[in-house]
Amino acid sequence: MNKSIVIDGKNVPFEDGQTIMQAATAAGIYIPHLCHNPDFTPHGSCKLCTVKVNGRNCSACTFPASEGQNITNVTQELNDDREKITQMLFVEGNHFCPSCEKTGNCNLQAVAYHLGMTDNHFPHFFENREVDASHPDVMIDHNRCIFCTLCVRASQQVDGKDVFAISGRGIDKRLVVNSESGLLKDSDLEATDCAAHICPTGAILIKRTGYKVPIGQRIYDHSQIDTVTLANEGASHDE
Amino acid sequence: MTNKKVKVATVSLAGCFGCHMSFLDLDERLVDLVEHIQFDRSPLTDIEHCSSDCDIGLIEGGVCNSENVHTLREFRKNCKILVAVGACAINGGLPAMRNHISLEDCLNESYVDGIGVENAQIPSDVELPLLLDKVHPIHEVVKIDYFLPGCPPSADVFWKFLTDLLAGVEPSLPYELVHFD
Repeated sequence: MNKSIVIDGKNVPFEDGQTIMQAATAAGIYIPHLCHNPDFTPHGSCKLCTVKVNGRNCSACTFPASEGQNITNVTQELNDDREKITQMLFVEGNHFCPSCEKTGNCNLQAVAYHLGMTDNHFPHFFENREVDASHPDVMIDHNRCIFCTLCVRASQQVDGKDVFAISGRGIDKRLVVNSESGLLKDSDLEATDCAAHICPTGAILIKRTGYKVPIGQRIYDHSQIDTVTLANEGASHDE
Repeated sequence: MTNKKVKVATVSLAGCFGCHMSFLDLDERLVDLVEHIQFDRSPLTDIEHCSSDCDIGLIEGGVCNSENVHTLREFRKNCKILVAVGACAINGGLPAMRNHISLEDCLNESYVDGIGVENAQIPSDVELPLLLDKVHPIHEVVKIDYFLPGCPPSADVFWKFLTDLLAGVEPSLPYELVHFD
């Protein structure tokens, strides 16, 4: 007899050691997320994947699946919370989609689309953040960083380097580069590194590749992030 | 539907009129639309102030100066439904990219130090509205009822939104019509 959990009334099988996110994705159930990527150790920081497990809020990407869990995922309350979290990410950074190369391929934008977000609700911070274009092949626009740490994890876990880190706490946290000058050009980063390609937003971009795919023909211009994610990450879990 | 036409007022604050141009992309559908709506204050009519009984106000652009604030408040006061149209109204958009530069530096670059500037001086005529130190989305100034994202929102967005409202149903946009770019 397979072990199973219940998500929105549906029985979902799981294996010991799987998180709720892993079990859900394998079963074709999309739980919104930004900092989670199945190829890396879960981080549990963006809180978009918050689900109710037997009435308690838990991060699906870090919470282990176990027998007896009755989970709700798609509810008005949880999606309203997710929309508010996404709006807070938009006002904390400077996310100007029309002038961003990532538009249409951006997970932050796609999650907003998925949640039906049409405005940012909160007052904007308009914080002054830097652009680091010092590296010959890769640039960082800190205005668009959402502190998901995917570049940090990719650099450590895949590239065997330690190029990125998050420094500071709370509202003062920021992405820092491991080099004496603090600039990307003095780090070990190469354009072929996983860390240079993993950013879910337009914060880390490869130079001289901009607008190869025209706006209007990009991933999320016509496909919703739930479909795209299940197609990509479902396969990754099955490996 | 009664014969009384729905009054629509429109304005471009700190915008580029791109959203208005996109509205005009309704093309022949405009003919159908004006069966049901009449334009009040709008750059399309040159009416200077809103009637007190406007039904819908469409606001393009963010708030960058004192006149924008007064205009936006006039719209809120006179329109039953106020709509933020396009990226600039929603988050400040392109004009808000000056927000990390001080106003003094902005003015100096434009009117004093810029390449090709002759007779350098910062404009200070009393007729000119004072610039705000930052460009703000309109929801930071007045209550907004609906948001139409896009840079610009396509004509289909205007059409879907207005025909929904005219039909008396809660406006909703299908996935294909929601774009932040």
